[in-house]
Amino acid sequence: MTPSANPVAVAANPWLARPATIESITREFTDVSTYHLRFADPEIDSAYRFRAGQFNMLYVPGVGEVAIGVSTGGPGRPTEDGPPTWDHTVRLAGQVTAALDRLGIGGSLGVRGPYGEPWPLDSCAGDEILLVAGGTGLASLRAAVYELLAHRDRFPRVRLLYGARTADGLLYTSEYDAWTAAGMEIDTTVDRGSPGWQGHVGVVTQLLTRLRPWDPERTSLWCCGPEVMMRFAVRAALARGLPKERVWVSMERNMQCAVGLCGHCQFGPEMICKSGPVYRFDRIERYLNVEGL
Amino acid sequence: MAERETKPDPKGKSLPASDDGPGAAGWIAKSDFQSFLDRLVALGYRTIGPTLIQGAIGYDEIRQVDDLPKGWTEHQSAGSYRLVRRDDDAWFGFNLGPHSWKRYLFPPQQTVAKAIKRDDGWQLDDVEDAEPPFAFLGVRACELAAILVQDRVFLNEHHSDPIYRRRRENALLIAVNCTQAAETCFCTSMGTGPRCVVAFDLALTETELGFTVEIGSPRGASVLAGLPIREAAPAECAEAASARQQAEDQISKRLDTTDIRELLLGNLDHPQWDDVAERCLSCTNCTMVCPTCFCHSVEEVSDLDGGQVDRVRQWDSCFNARFSYMNGGLVRGDVRSRYRQWLTHKLAGWIDQFDTSGCVGCGRCITWCPVGIDLTAEVAAIREVPK
Ligand code: SF4
Ligand code: SF4
Repeated sequence: MTPSANPVAVAANPWLARPATIESITREFTDVSTYHLRFADPEIDSAYRFRAGQFNMLYVPGVGEVAIGVSTGGPGRPTEDGPPTWDHTVRLAGQVTAALDRLGIGGSLGVRGPYGEPWPLDSCAGDEILLVAGGTGLASLRAAVYELLAHRDRFPRVRLLYGARTADGLLYTSEYDAWTAAGMEIDTTVDRGSPGWQGHVGVVTQLLTRLRPWDPERTSLWCCGPEVMMRFAVRAALARGLPKERVWVSMERNMQCAVGLCGHCQFGPEMICKSGPVYRFDRIERYLNVEGL
Repeated sequence: MAERETKPDPKGKSLPASDDGPGAAGWIAKSDFQSFLDRLVALGYRTIGPTLIQGAIGYDEIRQVDDLPKGWTEHQSAGSYRLVRRDDDAWFGFNLGPHSWKRYLFPPQQTVAKAIKRDDGWQLDDVEDAEPPFAFLGVRACELAAILVQDRVFLNEHHSDPIYRRRRENALLIAVNCTQAAETCFCTSMGTGPRCVVAFDLALTETELGFTVEIGSPRGASVLAGLPIREAAPAECAEAASARQQAEDQISKRLDTTDIRELLLGNLDHPQWDDVAERCLSCTNCTMVCPTCFCHSVEEVSDLDGGQVDRVRQWDSCFNARFSYMNGGLVRGDVRSRYRQWLTHKLAGWIDQFDTSGCVGCGRCITWCPVGIDLTAEVAAIREVPK
């Protein structure tokens, strides 16, 4: 380079989304819906790829953008045949998600992505995978579930420990039978029981503490949920001898540009949109207990 | 002249100096300088340089040599900036005002995309940046370093910002070496100055009657073609060298950058954060004047019937409460966590993210802080009693 370094052009406008349409909506519970999206341009729609754990920015013009993990798995909409849609499970939690809610089927929006680091499907090949999810955290793992189940030859054991506040806060329950049939062991728990609930009552950490069989030498833990829940779950796993290097967590902050330019999603020295959202635990451990980071 | 490429060194080693000894530099008389400004216009540049704006020396369009702040200087200290008459007529006899070149490469407000409502849904469009090429006149060494830092932010291997890229590629950087230093300057600690050694197209040093001229790029050389520039005489080179030395000698502020990343990230619960939170007003001034701060937000600006939306990028600040909004709450709800975010990002996180310190030692955040908070003092306090 010359002293007046003219850096090379690399990528297009990071703020430019692609038009997309809401093909259908699955109302998961009162304030959580899964939007099944399709890019308006069929070429983009068929060329689009993502890796489990990555996220997209969903854009409602005039309102703003929100970062949502892509939760498409297997056949896309598992209940129907046909080409996969790009699924995003969204909790109503602000202006953009409220605007998405108002759009309805056929609604037009923008999508850009995918962004971020995915779940470590490659580096964990050969391991027993233990998924631990809390609440809507399962959305970020859904695509991983389908990947893991499609490659049972590489993952000798796949288990899911899943906790929600109440039974009607458990996501994707209609898919559990299929997941079990494909070889996944699922254990669910709720904080508060309700009439008709016959499963565990208590936090997901308790399931983890009691989990049998337990082989910390061969297990990798992938964890997604509220930060507090992840802290306790990881602590329980470490207490049972799981090495830190076999623990991954998916972090959440306010992602805006999604390409490490806007500064909003910083967590200690990390920009979660770029070096995360999925982190090996030992990389961010020292920041997890700091208030207000 | 040897061409170099380097970057501000977070460890604070000083950079090699280039040489404008006899034969290596040109010389242009002040009486001929207008022809240089005219030349820039003829080449299609919009020249931006220092000029008096509202009681300070800021950057704006420069057409005449008389637009320059001739005979003015500033007195800067923590929380204070005053314009003062010089006892000579120096044109660049000051250091830095509140503006930095990021106003032009990364403007405070910029439409970055558009959405237009069509019958079959939204059409999402790019925007063209029509700004003519800039010639920046009077870029200081720390500011060259700041531009290189922002290059790493906006033009990296993953993503590049098209507006920044276009403006940056087109910009002609005409550096002017500092010949004095403010009480707030600490470029020597950050390895960024006071001498301009990298990233310029041309570098000038002011003497009483003219400027020595160093050429940093082929573009810089071509701009000079045909202008009344001759080889600098040994006495002119010596005068320039001693003027530059004066700047170096006047720098008194220091920031010890030894292991600074670990120092800060290892002290996230240090009582000094509480102490500074008592004083900091969370006013965002420091981030607005900082030449490297890049955090921004994008606002949706709709026309009346909502049929067209401009996506307007605006400077944002980690000192704004809303900056850390997430899921209906604030991650950094108090001033302590916001100041800590700013300082640890600037001096530590930047190293992880961009392999450089985010501070070039310009001292603006110290001068323009209404309560005179000095980041070098905050770091020193943490270093004094680390956890
Ligand atoms: S942090 Fe302060 S001294 Fe450092 S570059 Fe920014 S404004 Fe200048
Ligand atoms: S450090 Fe000073 S300039 Fe920065 S936000 Fe606090 S009061 Fe404002």
